[in-house]
Amino acid sequence: METIKPKLAVLLLAATVLLPGGCRKQTQQVYSPQPAGTGSIHPYSGTLEPDDGQWLRATKDYANTRYSTLDQINENNVPQLKLAWTFSTGTAHGQEAAPIVANNTMYIVTPWPNTLFALDLTKPGAPLKWKYEPHPSPAAKGEACCDWVNRGAVFDNGRIFFNTLDGYTVAVDANDGHQVWKTHLADITKGETITMAPTVVHGKVMVGDSGGEFGVRGWLAALDAGTGKVLWQAYNTGPDKDVLIGPRFKPFYKSDQGVDLGVKTWPPDAWKIGGGTVWGFVAYDPALNLIYYGTANPGPWNPEVRPGDNKWTSGVWARDPDTGEAVWFYQMSPHDLYDWDGVNEDILLDLPINGQQRKVMIRPDRNGYVYVIDRATGQVLSANPYAYITATNGVDLNTGELKRIADKATKTGQEVRNICPIAAGAKDWQPSSFSQRTGLVYIPHQQMCMDVEGVEANYIAGTPYVGAIDRYYSAPGGNMGELLAWDPIGGKPVWKITDKYPIWSGTVATAGDLVFFGTMDGWFKAADAKTGKILWQFKTGSGIIGQPVSYKGPDGKQYIAILSGIGGWPGSIVAANLDTRDDTAGNGWGSALRDLKSVTAAGGTLYVFSLP
Amino acid sequence: MSSRFLKAIVVAAVMTGCAAAQNTKPPLRICADPDNAPYSTRDGSGFDNRIGAMLARQMGRTPVFVWARWRRGFIREQFNKNACDVLMGVPVGMRSVLTSTPYYRSTYVFVTRAQDRLRLASFSDPNLNHRRIGLQIMEEDLSPPSLPLIRNGHAAQLVGFESFGAHATDILRAVQDRKIDVAVVWGPLAGVYAARRDGLQLEPVSPQVDAGIPFTFALAVGVHKKDVRLRDEVDKAIQAKQQAINGILASYHVPLLPLKEGGRP
Repeated sequence: METIKPKLAVLLLAATVLLPGGCRKQTQQVYSPQPAGTGSIHPYSGTLEPDDGQWLRATKDYANTRYSTLDQINENNVPQLKLAWTFSTGTAHGQEAAPIVANNTMYIVTPWPNTLFALDLTKPGAPLKWKYEPHPSPAAKGEACCDWVNRGAVFDNGRIFFNTLDGYTVAVDANDGHQVWKTHLADITKGETITMAPTVVHGKVMVGDSGGEFGVRGWLAALDAGTGKVLWQAYNTGPDKDVLIGPRFKPFYKSDQGVDLGVKTWPPDAWKIGGGTVWGFVAYDPALNLIYYGTANPGPWNPEVRPGDNKWTSGVWARDPDTGEAVWFYQMSPHDLYDWDGVNEDILLDLPINGQQRKVMIRPDRNGYVYVIDRATGQVLSANPYAYITATNGVDLNTGELKRIADKATKTGQEVRNICPIAAGAKDWQPSSFSQRTGLVYIPHQQMCMDVEGVEANYIAGTPYVGAIDRYYSAPGGNMGELLAWDPIGGKPVWKITDKYPIWSGTVATAGDLVFFGTMDGWFKAADAKTGKILWQFKTGSGIIGQPVSYKGPDGKQYIAILSGIGGWPGSIVAANLDTRDDTAGNGWGSALRDLKSVTAAGGTLYVFSLP
Repeated sequence: MSSRFLKAIVVAAVMTGCAAAQNTKPPLRICADPDNAPYSTRDGSGFDNRIGAMLARQMGRTPVFVWARWRRGFIREQFNKNACDVLMGVPVGMRSVLTSTPYYRSTYVFVTRAQDRLRLASFSDPNLNHRRIGLQIMEEDLSPPSLPLIRNGHAAQLVGFESFGAHATDILRAVQDRKIDVAVVWGPLAGVYAARRDGLQLEPVSPQVDAGIPFTFALAVGVHKKDVRLRDEVDKAIQAKQQAINGILASYHVPLLPLKEGGRP
């Protein structure tokens, strides 16, 4: 992090000077863009999936770019952007879902109780066409670690597919909302839930589980989109046959090569409760016919209990979508010490790296490095820090090893201070976007550190025990949140926008050279994709932690949509009304977000914007 | 004849007294897990069900059980939303609730097969070498005895078990079935299980505190954080009923340690 750190003092000074002008009209502090490094803009030379103006899956395209080619709304006219219509989701919990737009209908999934609403975009005000209620078990609310979130649905071939918190995948007819099938996959009595947005590849619905901190065993399953039947299920721990490792498996690095590593890199039987769930986004490369997705942290949390690399947790898979066979794997954080799930999005791009055109994935990982990985082989081409890091010292590109700093390793009962990034990582689930026009990746994330200190008494199922106390705070610089524009070719930042709170929303980039994102205190903003200057903002009813989308309405106009509603892991401070007098509320967020309840209230509303 | 008559009058007076108390005091709502033997079961036969009901009556209140699974999110989703007034059996000093004076203290125990004659004295006992050691999973982690066991070089011997409902006794059955050699579990669970079966041996773990991690806990009644009045009422009831509480715990074979003087830390 040497490249950014020395600049911080200067940048803060600049922000202070700029503040008075920016603040005149709003009481909210406006953080101006700051140059963040020596990266540069390179318009993208590769090709992206054609854009028909719909938004069929959370990630927009299989490459996970979240890039909209619509350009009606641009840096010149965006100040005129106006609210077009709104819709209440009726649930006052974290709204993480991306609205889905298909055949002039918008589909939104709420947090538990996971109601699916279909809104008719052909009529003024987009009235409700129908709703589908899956009636998930109330018990699932207790099992979910981090609020009752759902990350959205997917449209494919006339059907909407989505997951319920209590562990089902549902297929619903996109026209009339009748249930086509419903398959039970995750067992809430074992602490397993489902929160991710599924992806459909070749008529197979890709679904993974959540609950990695609870001694479950992670997996990704492929369901027949027609019948809901499970066609294959690949576990992330255990013997090769369970992991679907066979002759086609060719991991790039030695540390990932060997027989039954999902058993051998654990103490006896520990793989059975080893975690490694799958709750992020799945990418797909049709030319290589490979899907890519990350695996979550190993369990139990205490790493002393699980000596070994703990395969195949906190890593990324390439698999054949038709058979589930593993093709390669790379482990970003072997033997994870800090709850660094490897679930971050993989953006599939073809870029000139070190003078050579490569098929790569860009992965801003929870551990604080942006990985550029050859997506055919799993070779790490570069791994540059995008956040303030004290716990590791880079990635060895020859061995793939994450270089740890020994005195930042945690031991229960022992105090370790200034571990950066925090358990939620330099970036948690919040997805980045990529602009074809600037060639930049827009990474919403947090700049935070944590202290692990002492133990506290707790109990479950009648048994008392003690657990470690975590306390989170902002990294040097004083702002917890950051939207970073990242040059993936140079491996350097270009500009950044800071925010007091973690930026827990996703981003969308548009051909109008805009990047949309939201803040936890409820502002929805448009930044100039080239400079980071905030060109427009709107205060919504609650904090924003969702995924903005851009689509073309039946009237030919471009619309921008976002769900507002505070919640998620840090936002559970508000959504679950946690006591922030306790520093460790929400697993360490209490002290960092002490005033969040005074700046936003729980709610759940869809906001849709257009030019007048 | 006259003495029998007198007794009847006394009983009636007591009953009237109870009825009067019930009219003025609201019922005491006790959150209880429907499937968590030996602590709490839906038929009310768990020892915390019996102790809770007794304390409520001592306070002149009718016990009402609110059945809710005590798992992850229970405090957040149930107790903090005022599903009930009290929780039984929470460790003294647990930060998310206000705790009463403790009503018992127990310990984690080593459970072995008596015929193996391991007679484990401590976490550094050489008889632990090369044995398969079972521990339950508490939230994200193996239970705290995992820590001294790891420090003594036994990390690779640890086997995790579920801790809920019908699965709570899996770890003890695994000792009987020779799937593991040692289970390290919270005393009350082991006590009642071992008492009903032949051939299991219990030894309290030692030391009681290792590198700041305690393995004995004093258990109390939890009330809402601001409910000092109810906490004080509960304290009085515990004080009055301590003997009877001890009797109930003994009948469930709960390994008991002396409660410290003063109670509240």
